[in-house]
Amino acid sequence: MPIRTVMKANEAAAWAAKLAKPKVIAAFPITPSTLVPEKISEFVANGELDAEFIKVESEHSAISACVGASAAGVRTFTATASQGLALMHEVLFIAAGMRLPIVVAVGNRSLSAPINIWNDWQDSISERDTGWLQFYAENNQEALDLILIAFKVAENEKVLLPAMVGFDAFILTHTVEPVEIPDQEVVDEFLGEYEPKHAYLDPERPITQGTLAFPAHYMEARYTVWEANENAKKVIDEVFEEFEKKFGRKYRKVEEYRTEDAEIVFVTMGSLAGTVKEYVDHLREQGIKAGAAKLTVYRPFPIEEVRELAKKAKVIALLEKNVTFSVGGALFQDFSRALINEKEKPIILDFILGLGGRDVTFQNLDEVLEISRKALNGEKVDEVNWIGLRKEIL
Amino acid sequence: MAVRKPPITTREYWAPGHAACAGCGCATALKLATKAFSEAMEEKFGDPNAFAIAQATGCMEVVSAVFPYTAWRAPWVHVAFENAAAAASGVEAAWKKLGRKGKILAIGGDGGTADIGLQALSGMLERRHNVVYLMYDNEAYMNTGIQRSSSTPYGAWTTTSPPGKYSIGEDKPKKWVALIAAAHQIPYVATASIGNPFDFVKKMKKAAKVDGPAFVQVHCTCPTGWKSPLEKGVEIARLAIETGVWPLFEIENGDFFNIKIQPPGGGAKVKREGGKIVAIEFKKPIEEYLKLQGRFKHLFKRPEAIDEMREQIKAMWKVLGVEVTLPKPEE
Ligand SMILES: Cc1ncc(C[n+]2csc(CCOP(=O)(O)OP(=O)(O)O)c2C)c(N)n1
Ligand code: SF4
Repeated sequence: MPIRTVMKANEAAAWAAKLAKPKVIAAFPITPSTLVPEKISEFVANGELDAEFIKVESEHSAISACVGASAAGVRTFTATASQGLALMHEVLFIAAGMRLPIVVAVGNRSLSAPINIWNDWQDSISERDTGWLQFYAENNQEALDLILIAFKVAENEKVLLPAMVGFDAFILTHTVEPVEIPDQEVVDEFLGEYEPKHAYLDPERPITQGTLAFPAHYMEARYTVWEANENAKKVIDEVFEEFEKKFGRKYRKVEEYRTEDAEIVFVTMGSLAGTVKEYVDHLREQGIKAGAAKLTVYRPFPIEEVRELAKKAKVIALLEKNVTFSVGGALFQDFSRALINEKEKPIILDFILGLGGRDVTFQNLDEVLEISRKALNGEKVDEVNWIGLRKEIL
Repeated sequence: MAVRKPPITTREYWAPGHAACAGCGCATALKLATKAFSEAMEEKFGDPNAFAIAQATGCMEVVSAVFPYTAWRAPWVHVAFENAAAAASGVEAAWKKLGRKGKILAIGGDGGTADIGLQALSGMLERRHNVVYLMYDNEAYMNTGIQRSSSTPYGAWTTTSPPGKYSIGEDKPKKWVALIAAAHQIPYVATASIGNPFDFVKKMKKAAKVDGPAFVQVHCTCPTGWKSPLEKGVEIARLAIETGVWPLFEIENGDFFNIKIQPPGGGAKVKREGGKIVAIEFKKPIEEYLKLQGRFKHLFKRPEAIDEMREQIKAMWKVLGVEVTLPKPEE
C-alpha cells in the first residue's frame, strides 16, 4: 500500500531517488537542495538504499562522476541548484552528447550576483540548450513523481538523454506537504532495472566513449540529440499514461485549467501554477473569462500542445521567473517560435516576476490582468513587463 | 628452440594507429602503462583485461579517439579536460556496485592534472577511490599549442612564456604534483620516466596492485613542444634523470620520511645513511639535458638563468631529503 505522509520536496526527491534504486549517487550540497544528499546519506547509512554515494568536492565533479558511472552502465542520480548547476554547465552538454540517462533534481534558485538563495528558474532555464529534458513540479508530489517519470523517459531507448526535474526553492524544497510514497514493487515494475545497451565499460566488450569528432561527424552527433528530444515528446506521453495507470496520478506536458472559452490564459511553470489556478478561480467568480496552463515539460518544448492551447486564447500571458536579457523570458521566445507561422494567433505578453524569491501576489496578477485586458481591447501595451518591481529603490 | 619470454606482455591496449606525432614520448608512456596495468591485473585477478580507463582532454586523448576510430583496446571514456579523476571516481563506484573486479586507470596531462584538474584529483585521492591516476608530464599544454602549465620547468620557452627582453621564459619553479598527491597519505605515489622504462613499468604495476588510490607522474618527452630531435626522446628523458632535473622516487602512505629515491645513474655518486640516499653528487651538468631541446636554447645566452635553475633543483631535492651537488659544465 502506498504510504501517505507529509514531507518537503527535498525529501520527496530523495525518496524518489531511493525508489528508483540508482547504483551511484554523487552530490555536493547547495542551498536549497542540501537536504536531498543528506536524506540520501541517511538511506544509505541505514541500508535502505544500496548505492555508492560519492561525496564529491564540487558540483563539477558530482556530474562528472555521474557521467563516469553512467558511462560504466549504471543508473545515477544527483541534486543541485543555482551556482551548483551553473558549475555543472560544461558537463551537462557532455552528458547529453554522450546520451547518458542521468537524472538531476534541481531546487530552482536564482543565480548570483547578487547572491540570493530564493526561488526563480534562472538556473535550469539557463541550461535549456544543453540537450537535457526538463520537468517542472508544481508541488511535492509532482517532485517525487516527475523524478520517477524522468528516469523512465531518460532511459527509453528512443530517448537516452539526461533529465532534470525542477522544484521551487523553499516554496517546495522546504515546505511540508502531503505526499504519497508509492510502493516499491510498483515502482520496480514501472522502472525496471536499468540495462545499458549503448554505454558500458566492460573489459569483455571494450568500447570507446566520449571521442573526438571531426566536422565530418559532429553535426550528425548533435542531430541525434535533436532527434532524441523529438522522440521524447511521444515517449513522455506514453510514460505519463503508464504512470497514471500504475499510480493514479495524471500528468500532461501542458496542463490546462479552465481554458474552455477563456480569453486570457495565464501560462506558467512550477509552484506558481498553483497560485495562478486559484487566481483564475477568483476571476471566474467575477465572470472574467480567464484560464491557466502549466508547462510540466519544458524540454522538449511541447510545441503541439502550445499550439492547441493558443487556439483557445485571445491573449497568452506568460508568467516567468527568469530573464533572457533584451528579449524577455525564455517562454516568450519559445511561445513566439511555436506560434509565429500559425494563421491565427493570440497576442503574447511576457511578464517577468518573482525573481529571487519575491512573492507573486494576487495584486501582481491583477497588474498582469490589467495589461492583458488592455491588449485584448486593442490598446498598445509593452510586450515585456516587469511585475512587482520596487521602482522607488531603483 | 628456446623462446625468450618478452620483458613485458605483447598484448596491446594502446593500439597502433593512434595519431600522435612521430617520436611522442607520451604515446610510449601510455603504451607501457597499459601493458604494465594488464600484467598487474593478470597477477592480481587472473584477468589481464580487468581495467577501464578514464582520460582527460589533451594530446593523448585527441590522438587516440577520433570517431569513428579508436586506438583503445580497453574500455575507455573521456569526459572533459579537468575531470578525469572525478569521472574515474564514478566509474570505480559503478564497478563496485556491478561487482566487477579490477581497477580504474585515470590519465591526464600536466595541465589536466596540475592546473585545472587539481581539485578533482585531490577529491578523488582523499575519497580513497580504487584508481591509479597517471599524470603524463610533458610539461606544457601541448594539445592547444604548447602553452605553459604549472608543471612547466623554470626557464622553458612556451607560447605563453616566451623569452624576451624582460623574460627568461617560464619564470616560476615547477609544481611537483606527486608531492601534493603524497600529502593525501594515499597508499602509493611515484615519479617515473620513459627514460627508465623498466622502473616505470615496475611502478605502474605496483600502483595497479595496491588497494586504494595511487598516483604516478611520468616524465615524457614531446618533440613538438620541446623542440627536440624525434629520435632522442628516451635519451633526453634519461638525461633528465642523470643530471638531477627529474628525480625518481616512491612515497608510500604519505610517509615523507621514507621516500624511496632511485639512484640516478649517469656516474652520479650516491651517499647513503642507514640504507637511505641522503646525498647525490651528479656528474653530468644539467646543460647536457637542456642543450638537446630548443625550448631551453635561449638560456645558453643567459647563464645566470641556468644557475637559478640549479638552485631550484637543489631546493626541490632538499624537499625530498637529499643534498645534491650539481656540476657546471667544464669551460
Ligand atoms: C575547460 C577547458 N579549458 C580549456 C580547454 C582547452 N584545452 C584542451 S586540452 C588543453 C591542454 C592540455 O594540456 P595537458 O593536460 O598538459 O595535456 P597535453 O595536451 O600536453 O597532452 C587545453 C588547454 C578545455 N578543453 N577545457
Ligand atoms: S604534441 Fe607532443 S605530446 Fe602531443 S602528440 Fe605531439 S609529441 Fe606527443
